[in-house]
Amino acid sequence: MRIARLLAALLGLALASVASAPSRAADLDAAFARIATENFGEIEAAIGDLAATGDPKAAAALQALTDSRLVYAPADKGVFIKAPDGKFTDARTGAAPAAEPFGTKPVRVNNRVRRALEAALGSLTLLSPDPAKRLAAAEAVLKSRDSAAIPALDAAIAKETDARIKKTMVQARAAAVLGKADATDAEKVSAIDVVAERGDQDTLSLLANLRANGTPIVKMAAETAAGAIERRLAVLSSVQNVWYGLSLGSVLLLAAIGLAITFGVMGIINMAHGEMVMLGAYTTFVVQEILRTKYPALFDWSLAMAIPLAFLVAGGVGVLIERSVIRFLYGRPLETLLATWGVSLILQQAVRSWFGANNREVGAPAFMSGSFDFMGLAITYGRLWIVVFGALVFAALLFVLKATSFGLKMRAVTQNRRMASCMGIRTPWVDSLTFGLGSGIAGIAGVALSQIDNVSPNLGQSYIVDSFMVVVFGGVGNLWGTLVAAMTLGIANKFLEPFAGAVLGKILLLIFIILFIQKRPRGLFALKGRAVEA
Amino acid sequence: MILRTIIDLDWRGRVFLLVLAAVAVLVPLLNLAVPAGSAFNVPTYLVSLLGKYLCYALLAIALDLVWGYCGILSLGHGAFFALGGYAMGMYLMRQIGPRGVYANPVLPDFMVFLNMKELPITWWGFGHFPYAMLMVLVVPGLLAFVFGWFAFRSRVTGVYLSIITQAMTYALLLAFFRNDMGFGGNNGLTDFKDILGFNIQAQSTRVALFVASVVALALGYLIARAMVTSAYGKVLIAIRDAESRARFMGYRVERYKLVAFTVSACMAGVAGALYVPQVGIINPSEFAAANSIEAVIWVAVGGRGTLVGAALGAVLVNWAKTWLTGAFPEVWVFGLGALFVLVTLFLPKGIIRTLSEWSARRSDQRAASAAAEAGIGAVQQPAGAE
Repeated sequence: MRIARLLAALLGLALASVASAPSRAADLDAAFARIATENFGEIEAAIGDLAATGDPKAAAALQALTDSRLVYAPADKGVFIKAPDGKFTDARTGAAPAAEPFGTKPVRVNNRVRRALEAALGSLTLLSPDPAKRLAAAEAVLKSRDSAAIPALDAAIAKETDARIKKTMVQARAAAVLGKADATDAEKVSAIDVVAERGDQDTLSLLANLRANGTPIVKMAAETAAGAIERRLAVLSSVQNVWYGLSLGSVLLLAAIGLAITFGVMGIINMAHGEMVMLGAYTTFVVQEILRTKYPALFDWSLAMAIPLAFLVAGGVGVLIERSVIRFLYGRPLETLLATWGVSLILQQAVRSWFGANNREVGAPAFMSGSFDFMGLAITYGRLWIVVFGALVFAALLFVLKATSFGLKMRAVTQNRRMASCMGIRTPWVDSLTFGLGSGIAGIAGVALSQIDNVSPNLGQSYIVDSFMVVVFGGVGNLWGTLVAAMTLGIANKFLEPFAGAVLGKILLLIFIILFIQKRPRGLFALKGRAVEA
Repeated sequence: MILRTIIDLDWRGRVFLLVLAAVAVLVPLLNLAVPAGSAFNVPTYLVSLLGKYLCYALLAIALDLVWGYCGILSLGHGAFFALGGYAMGMYLMRQIGPRGVYANPVLPDFMVFLNMKELPITWWGFGHFPYAMLMVLVVPGLLAFVFGWFAFRSRVTGVYLSIITQAMTYALLLAFFRNDMGFGGNNGLTDFKDILGFNIQAQSTRVALFVASVVALALGYLIARAMVTSAYGKVLIAIRDAESRARFMGYRVERYKLVAFTVSACMAGVAGALYVPQVGIINPSEFAAANSIEAVIWVAVGGRGTLVGAALGAVLVNWAKTWLTGAFPEVWVFGLGALFVLVTLFLPKGIIRTLSEWSARRSDQRAASAAAEAGIGAVQQPAGAE
């Protein structure tokens, strides 16, 4: 139905423009004659006439007028374009005049003329050979809803071959019709149908006006269309919330997954976990600094280089901590908590003395900046990469745990240390490597977080509570639980934000987790078995 | 009961009380009676500083009560401390009256600034000192009671409890940063003028606050001491050492824990309330997780489960902090970090218990050698027996 109406409209437009074609050259001459005056009203009308011709020469003249380079000779009504170097060109023919025109005056411009000029140029670019310009012009008309642009749009629609630009133009025309004071109800209703297809916030505000004051039939059409758009926007905004939630969840996952190993699998309360993340971020900073000064061409590869280095740096520090502090404290979790807190203070202060307390600038490589449109959803590449990266790290970790010999030994030691030792596994080695693995993963997370957060000595502090919440909520000793918990918390946070505010939303989630732990002290996915009392 | 506790005190407690009494007499005397130029004069800023240490000592005793005797490692005592401080701060804010910048007789400056029209319901009654003091006890106590009720009933123990107490502190930190809460946002409460009609900056008021801190510390110590030496305290220790066993023997573990936790929170609140007028400001950064964890290290340094040690640790660590942050600002954080690591690794029992064990071993050895000389034959004591 809608398409049929559209076709009819298009057919009508095409006919109209064909009929007007032969008289175009004469129109141009008449319009130029009209503009050679002092009367602002006449000038304004002439601009409209010029725009209606759609002639490139008219466009050149109007462009000259905006730069105040359009002059006319009062004697013979000749109109000329004055180049910046003082040479004249005949606006009618585009050629140099035979004789230097005498006593030229500039065509005068006031605010009303200027406005008309802008609209005219907008509709003239509708006929530009450059598709991008045509699209931009159509979008501009769509926004301005200027009914004066209707004839120009009609001409442009008839000529347009690109389906996407044509659609925008048709919508722009419909918007212009809705903005026209004397449009009939039937015209308006069909226009509403056309603009409703866009279904964005702009359309909604356009329709809001019609809903408030229109004839009953127009009101009803606007009402229906607006309702549909609102539903669509509501769905879109929840899809967007889910997407933002997923990306926040990925950040949480990255921050927490290393902790899921050290705390979840080994039972070590590592308060210095956040500092491992910070070390990873600073490794990225150092790598980028070196590349920036020595090999600027490789800058786009900086993150790829930083990932293994961050793993090694953070993992190395992790092994060092395990060997020098934590191994003496196995079986005393509360003491471990205090000692690792001390380690975290030392690491923070070391970084602060080394790099300074200020935020450090970490750049984003080219492939991480910018965004693309997905079903009306603007998706930034940065977010997308973080989600992908989080998933990759998770998969890699799962692979290490389930499919490698080290993972097998690790699980054996977790389940029954003495038995594993009897089977010839060197448990102290497995312990420190496991701790190194968890710390190294935290370092990798730091590479990703350096892209979205300030790289400062306090970077780790802001993630430590969140990370513990994720691991505890998900259930200790279960990587899948960590994944589910991170995503749940991320999405819940984004859904709470709109009506509770960012801070209150976070407080509500913390309270929720505190209450949740009362109900299920071992998290969402608790390990089954008899290890109830540690 | 307090009297009986005093009579039954061990030598360590007696020394502690004697030192407190000496300090309570000497410091005001040296501040007020000795002229300012004299070498023996205690300047007023030092009085306030010592008062601050004593407030920390009370917080440490409160923490020792739950951690040292009940095995609950609370990382939320900084929050109870800050809540007590806020209750006191609210009273002090109301005392400013029309002397604020905006000269509003009812609303504190920040409320006028935030365009609030009337006093929020949370502030009602804080103009009255007794009500404010009641709130100093009730607010932290009630929070601890509700929190503990849920946590202990569902048997959240050990590390999990530590983590959720930390989450509680973090949630409160975020909440108090919000301007909408009506507690001054991130500026907190400050610019106090009077307490009970006395100028808060005056030398005599500072001394009085100091003496009040000493008295509160002594009382807090005695209450904690009375609790842990009673039959109730024995059960508490049993819970610390073997919670399941205590439960199977028929003790309602969660009730014992809840009482200790609530009393401890009230004590922390009192410490906070005395802290605020001596420091002159209370803001949300007092809720920072780092503060609560630092309080734990005071107890660990002095020796958990000794009460006196906790107070000693608080004063020692804070004195070192004041000295180091002044002398080598970069080094202090390294020092604090190293303190955490070294104390847990090499001094797990804290100063007091390590010292007393050492002296006990010495006297054992002396007894053994005396016995050997007497020809009875040495009886080897197992090393490290508690």
